[in-house]
Amino acid sequence: MQPLTDTEVYELTARANAIRATIIEMLVAAGSGHTAGPLGMADIFTALYFKVLNHDPQNPEWEERDRLMLSNGHITPVRYAAMAHAGYFPIEECLTLRKFGSRLQGHPEREKLPGVETTSGPLGSGLSQASGYAYAARMDGKKFRIYCAMSDGEHQEGNLWEAMMFAGKNRLSNLTGIIDRNNIQIDGYTEQIMPLEPFREKYESFGWHVLEVDGHNIPQFIAACEEAKAIYEKPTVIIAHTIPGKGIREIERDYRWHGKPPSKEEAQAFLAELRTMQGKIASEHQ
Amino acid sequence: MLNPELKLKENIFDHPDAAPTRDGFGKGVLEAGREDPRVVVLTADLVESTRSEWFAKEFPERFIEMGVAEQNMATVAAGMANYGKIPFFTSYATFSPGRNWEQIRTTIALNNVPAKVCGMHAGISVGPDGATHQMLEDIAIMRAMPNMTVISACDTEEARKATLAAAQSGTPIYMRFGREKTPIMTTVDTPFEIGKAQVFLYAENPQVVIFATGPLLHNALLSAKQLGDEGMGVDVVNVATIKPLDTDTIVAKAREAGAVVTVEEHQIAGGLGSAIAEILAQEYPVPIEYVGVHDSFGQSGDPKELIEHYRMGVSHIKDAVRRAASRRHR
Repeated sequence: MQPLTDTEVYELTARANAIRATIIEMLVAAGSGHTAGPLGMADIFTALYFKVLNHDPQNPEWEERDRLMLSNGHITPVRYAAMAHAGYFPIEECLTLRKFGSRLQGHPEREKLPGVETTSGPLGSGLSQASGYAYAARMDGKKFRIYCAMSDGEHQEGNLWEAMMFAGKNRLSNLTGIIDRNNIQIDGYTEQIMPLEPFREKYESFGWHVLEVDGHNIPQFIAACEEAKAIYEKPTVIIAHTIPGKGIREIERDYRWHGKPPSKEEAQAFLAELRTMQGKIASEHQ
Repeated sequence: MLNPELKLKENIFDHPDAAPTRDGFGKGVLEAGREDPRVVVLTADLVESTRSEWFAKEFPERFIEMGVAEQNMATVAAGMANYGKIPFFTSYATFSPGRNWEQIRTTIALNNVPAKVCGMHAGISVGPDGATHQMLEDIAIMRAMPNMTVISACDTEEARKATLAAAQSGTPIYMRFGREKTPIMTTVDTPFEIGKAQVFLYAENPQVVIFATGPLLHNALLSAKQLGDEGMGVDVVNVATIKPLDTDTIVAKAREAGAVVTVEEHQIAGGLGSAIAEILAQEYPVPIEYVGVHDSFGQSGDPKELIEHYRMGVSHIKDAVRRAASRRHR
């Protein structure tokens, strides 16, 4: 793959910013939901839906598409927003998040919305589903890749380590795991609640190829996804170091924003902050 | 008299041959594998005792050894089913669906993918292993789950047919199987359909109908036969599919007899008896007596001795029938 041009990087960055704004708008409309995780993963989901994934928003069931499984279903607003921006459904539908009758369930459901690939929410079960999918696809000689986005905190679930063993044993090289290493979980900071480090060594010892990236550096993340395609004997995991709540100073790095939405008043200020890209753009017209 | 349409074993009352229902699974899944290349089998370090090994030997490329990891097995199977395979995943029922219930709920039932949960060594008759391994709550926890079908075969032949039917259903299914050799009541010609209860034994003037599931159906048949000889008419219905329940047959038979006994190798709470009581309380209330385990764990012992101790033997079923008959309203 050619390196990204400056224009491409600019466009992706602007798109990530727009996706963040959609996330804020949908959470305010919903009146509940998770804020920090979705904002923190906006750059990665932008990279996935606008550069990495081989997919067709007009045909979400296309058989040869790459599959993206979201294990930590609670950050689904970022996925919904990225899907809407990519053309899966109208962006306005994002405002139905968590509402009665909506396709955008509080946690994603496969049968409700084409393209979400699987149902998730209870933590620690995404990687094993992705591994089963990857195993089955390899049996049939399929060329598409399976991506699995996970949180760092959900690595406290035993099921996830079972999946790491399984994928490592079976050398599922068509599988790329992506960890949102944002260091927070509901009750506090991961290393205080139940330490996860050394993450890299743990994955390596389970037979994985491990890459670490700045989760807000879109070109770096895309390059890691490319490198994973060149690893033939192992599954790859990309540990993406992210800032929870990235893009809005008040939310950044504060675990108390894990599971609550902004109020209407807060949202106005946050959207203004996003429009000026944290002050990088001088003139702001309300 | 035995229902002639079902082409049951002629020696059903006279020392019939015996085989474990898990053998029926092993044969059924092998046949299913021959018929459909999408069928895959997973096991959690129990390839021999789950009878997965027959499939594994013929189709090693479609057999997956998961190690001792039932949560992972359920979710890997969910992923495979989501892709388009037909996974049967096997362990002991205490571990699967016991340990991995939430994984099954979210990634198979709610996700609505056609993975098949195959719980072996179900019931108290696993015997010497003791209470930890005697799964007596699986029907309750699985029938409460939307999208899930629950099957409990009465003998090895019905288990084989249920497994074949499960491969073709396109839906999530839980099947429970037993470890011990139990009487073979059905033949290759006995029809099987998921969701259909079958009247195995008719009385001319039934005073009680027994609804039984699993291998204890044989004890129910023996009880009815003996009571018939003593002059009390008793029908016996095999309820192999506990969910969805064959409501039409159950209500019709309860209406005809006026009193009901349920028989299952499972806790009374939440099992077949509960399922039938739910329907009859609404559709046609009649007295019901329950044969099963009454809110206790099992213990080590010989399977027959445990069935007797926990009051699921022929004499206990007969007592329950007499109690039900005495409570009839007419």
